[in-house]
Amino acid sequence: MNNRVVLELAGHTVNVSLARVLVAAFIAPLDPDITELTDIKTAVSEAVTNAIIHGYGEDARKTVRMTLTLNDRTLTVEVTDNGIGISDIPTAREPLFTTLSDMERSGLGFTVMESFMDTVDVISTPGMGTTVTLTKSIHEATEA
Amino acid sequence: MLHQEIRKKVLILSPSAEIDAHSTERLRSTIDHAFEKSPCTHMVFDFANVGFMDSSGIGLLIGRYKQAEKRGGSVALVNLSAEMKRLYTLSGLAKIIATFPTMDEALAHVKGGAQ
Ligand SMILES: Nc1ncnc2c1ncn2[C@@H]1O[C@H](COP(=O)(O)OP(=O)(O)O)[C@@H](O)[C@H]1O
Ligand SMILES: [Mg+2]
Repeated sequence: MNNRVVLELAGHTVNVSLARVLVAAFIAPLDPDITELTDIKTAVSEAVTNAIIHGYGEDARKTVRMTLTLNDRTLTVEVTDNGIGISDIPTAREPLFTTLSDMERSGLGFTVMESFMDTVDVISTPGMGTTVTLTKSIHEATEA
Repeated sequence: MLHQEIRKKVLILSPSAEIDAHSTERLRSTIDHAFEKSPCTHMVFDFANVGFMDSSGIGLLIGRYKQAEKRGGSVALVNLSAEMKRLYTLSGLAKIIATFPTMDEALAHVKGGAQ
């Protein structure tokens, strides 16, 4: 099945849960198992949270865009902000690296995305914004 | 959203929420306030009613561990689902915060440690 949905949300953390709900509903027809569903919801939560708190410093006047695409059984999630951008992407992706340690960030967002998804791609321009693209193929349910 | 109970110097915290960047702000201030005014040295988190947690929750737990540590105490977790255990393992949190299948074991663990 091929499908596509675009969600625009205000840069407030209250909206992160809505992004999770949407992606869960989007992949429901593929009947993912609980592990796949949790992986995807967690990775989406990380990407959207980063766009809001790092990209925009939590500014509800700004917009985060999430595009969900389904190509057969492969899910692609694209999360875009037009915020501050990332100057050093390899460092940002390192486990435990965070620029907001005073906010009790764990620096594990990218690590979670990389562990729970098949691919994680980051494109960013300082001052222009960031796009994080996540993909994961969802396995056909096996008969018990 | 957060049930609290004190059992012999252990603050037992049972959140019933999805733990993410939004909910952690409220949880953090509520927990720190409760811990501060209590005579407790330890915290045990009961995850039975937590349906979701992302890395914001890991930050929250590390932060509360630091609060307990200041009083010579520790933190333990109970009722972590198989799904949440994967995040827990990935995070390396096990080095500072232990997880247990039952509340009794978690309570025995924290009280067996520092006073
Ligand atoms: N969308 C973004 N815009 C700007 N900076 C970002 C974005 N996403 C991630 N970063 C940077 O990468 C760092 C690491 O992100 P992450 O691994 O999710 O950890 P955390 O969110 O806990 O800081 C962040 O601290 C931030 O500096
Ligand atoms: Mg993050």
